[in-house]
Amino acid sequence: MTKIIEPDKQTNIFRRPSSEYGFWSWITTVDHKKIGIMYGYAAFFFLLIGGLEALVLRIQLAQPDNNFLSAAEYNAMFTMHGTTMVFLAIMPISAAFFNYLLPLQIGARDVAFPRLNALSFWIWVFGGLFLYSTFVFGTAGAPEGGYLAEEVGWLGNAPNGGWFGYQPNAGFKYSPGTAMDYWAIGLQILGISSLVSAFNFIVTILNMRTQGMRLMRMPVFTWMTFAVAFLLAFSLPIIAIALFYVTFDRQFGTTFFLTEGGGDPVLWQHLFWLFGHPEVYILILPAFGIVSEILPTFSRKPLFGYPAIVFAGFGIAFIGFGVWAHHMFASAISPVAQAGFGISTMIIAVPTGVKIFNWLGTIWGGKLNLKTPMLFALGFIGMFVIGGLSGVTHSIVPADTQQTDTYYIVAHFHYVLFGGAMFGIFGGLYYWFPKVWGKMYNETLGQIHFWTMMIGFNLTFGPMHWLGLQGQVRRTWVYAEETNLGFWNLIVSIGAFIIALSILIFMANWIYSKRKGETAPFDPWDARTIEWTIPSPTPVWNFSKAPEVKALDDFWHAKYDEDEEGRAVRRDTADDLLIELEEEGLNPKEEIVLPNPSYFPFILASGLPFLGYAVIYKTIALALIGVTLLLIGSFGWATEPLEEEFKTKEEEE
Amino acid sequence: MSGGHDYPHESTGVETRKLGMWVFLSTEILFFGTLITTFMIFKGRDFPGIKLTDVYDIPFTSVSSFVLLMSSLTMVLAHNALENDDQEKTRVWLLATAMLGAVFLAGQIYEFTEFYHKGFELSTNIFSSTFYVLTGFHGLHVFIGVVFLIGLWAIGQRQKGLSLDSGFNLEFIALYWHFVDIVWIVLFTVVYLI
Repeated sequence: MTKIIEPDKQTNIFRRPSSEYGFWSWITTVDHKKIGIMYGYAAFFFLLIGGLEALVLRIQLAQPDNNFLSAAEYNAMFTMHGTTMVFLAIMPISAAFFNYLLPLQIGARDVAFPRLNALSFWIWVFGGLFLYSTFVFGTAGAPEGGYLAEEVGWLGNAPNGGWFGYQPNAGFKYSPGTAMDYWAIGLQILGISSLVSAFNFIVTILNMRTQGMRLMRMPVFTWMTFAVAFLLAFSLPIIAIALFYVTFDRQFGTTFFLTEGGGDPVLWQHLFWLFGHPEVYILILPAFGIVSEILPTFSRKPLFGYPAIVFAGFGIAFIGFGVWAHHMFASAISPVAQAGFGISTMIIAVPTGVKIFNWLGTIWGGKLNLKTPMLFALGFIGMFVIGGLSGVTHSIVPADTQQTDTYYIVAHFHYVLFGGAMFGIFGGLYYWFPKVWGKMYNETLGQIHFWTMMIGFNLTFGPMHWLGLQGQVRRTWVYAEETNLGFWNLIVSIGAFIIALSILIFMANWIYSKRKGETAPFDPWDARTIEWTIPSPTPVWNFSKAPEVKALDDFWHAKYDEDEEGRAVRRDTADDLLIELEEEGLNPKEEIVLPNPSYFPFILASGLPFLGYAVIYKTIALALIGVTLLLIGSFGWATEPLEEEFKTKEEEE
Repeated sequence: MSGGHDYPHESTGVETRKLGMWVFLSTEILFFGTLITTFMIFKGRDFPGIKLTDVYDIPFTSVSSFVLLMSSLTMVLAHNALENDDQEKTRVWLLATAMLGAVFLAGQIYEFTEFYHKGFELSTNIFSSTFYVLTGFHGLHVFIGVVFLIGLWAIGQRQKGLSLDSGFNLEFIALYWHFVDIVWIVLFTVVYLI
């Protein structure tokens, strides 16, 4: 017999949404797990689009003097590839992990502000759709002395000034048409989404921890989420203001970044990278957190140097605000500044190195269980070290000046963002798959996925190192046959398609295992953190009663004791404990009050794209629609209580 | 939060929504910090055309600044009245705060119009651009604050009145309002006085 609690639905002007299944339950949900799943699927969708864009680029570069794409289309494709992968794929996939796992790892029922959480998701969705609507409504135009309008084509009608939007190239003179406006305003909307979720996560971690969950007992993934939330909260305002300036320059004739009116294009670079460098850590720290969860579990050892890993994470986050100008060594900055930023860039390698050695220390002497998540975590360490080492070479200013804007740089950041962030994310997707779906993924397919991706990845990005050192310029559209770059470019393109194949294997595994996978126990990995003490899939109420945490890796200590030599010995009571936890999790004894679904986050978020279109097309009617939606959303929100008055009804199972 | 379960809340002891407000305000510092930095960078540079010093009227802006600062006082009085559970006084002071904010906004609109008539327009030069974006962004914050205050006042008109632990809380709107006032002190100094 379970107690089902139903809200009283007549307390507001609008009827409260009450669907628990189907389309409307997803639109109106405020459940952090559902929001996390939606983030995951939507971000994966954009990952596929960004990947297709990359494949198109690689087809163009597979042969010398190729004309698969026009220059205009090529510009649009690399801009959208970068923008999509950063803002619409990796960031939101990390957000999916934050949403799903954070409350589970700190033993909470939900995040601090459930409706705000839904709001950041929907703003992100509408921001992404707004950005991509450029293919339908946007125009790239033809700059004076640049390519011709007829070369732009359908694919070319997208932002084409690079994901970094350097000025004055991204200004109105050299990027006429509306495409770059879609970019500037689209990023603005996506930024709001991330800011809102940053507040939410910071407050959740500070205020929603369960009993005994002291800060230094939190799982490392939670710690890294905390660091990322601070990075988001303090770096996004900078890019938001810089994007305001861009929009003003393009729409209202100001000259913030244009020398004609006394503005300064280098200021854009400073503002962009003052956001952009912390952004790099926003992308990689979640993967650090995921790997720090996977390695101890599959090495059957505690994480080596837990406090060092936590503080190194915050060290990276803090120093990350002081290294931005190493992206600008080729720009007009003084030699003193170059030396200073060179040194700070070397310094930031120290906490990163601390983490690497702690991970190695974790594996050292462990009983390694080489399941797919562990393979990805180990792959992550290897690939990230390669990317990190080529990164440190950029702190040497003369060498960096040589490498700037070559494929060496492209190789470097793909090793950290793909070999680092994406490998970590795939590891996490496999690791928590049983918890989310209650099924086991297919191990064989998982291993095949890992190895094809590992091979494809290194074929794609390894040769880029020497292509770059040989002088292949980044963002180049064609290269002449005499340059002798053709062979390795072909290898790179083949590698890209092998990555695509590995993604297909991953998708096949996902779809198959979700339907036909074996039923997962609630602790399939003999794991350490408290999200594994609840049934799989996670029940809506998460924990049937607030867990009490007594130590770091609390769940492990509940299952294992130490003998005289410090080896882990399974307690006799461990199995009884597991059975008890499972039963309790499925049949909570107490009444559980959950936040109610709401229409208003969706309505509020849907107003923002209208405001964006209103700015681009200077149309009052669109602005009015946008403002009306915002007003309905916020008025309804403010007058709607988070949790309704409850009446309990008993129901036979 | 509602009762009915023994789930612990607020590990830090600070009310969750208030903590959220503090985090929000800390990011607002970065918003204004970026704007002020840009303003300072361009302030020292040469630019053609009319300057702010040619058009501004310090006594007028001083008076409207004073009005905005006084609104912080009335905000404190409103908060104080609500702590003593004096609903009527709370509403009076809330309305007074909103009105003072509106007077400040009216002053800013008047000022901008004057500047425009004298040829100091948004795209006149880099200085005018930074000026309008910086003070305009602050004005937008005051406007949102006034909307909040009037919203609070309207909720206070309902039967139950306001309370310090209800959803749309006076306390964190007061935090926001004081923050916007403090920012104006910085802006007034940086833009008009230095």
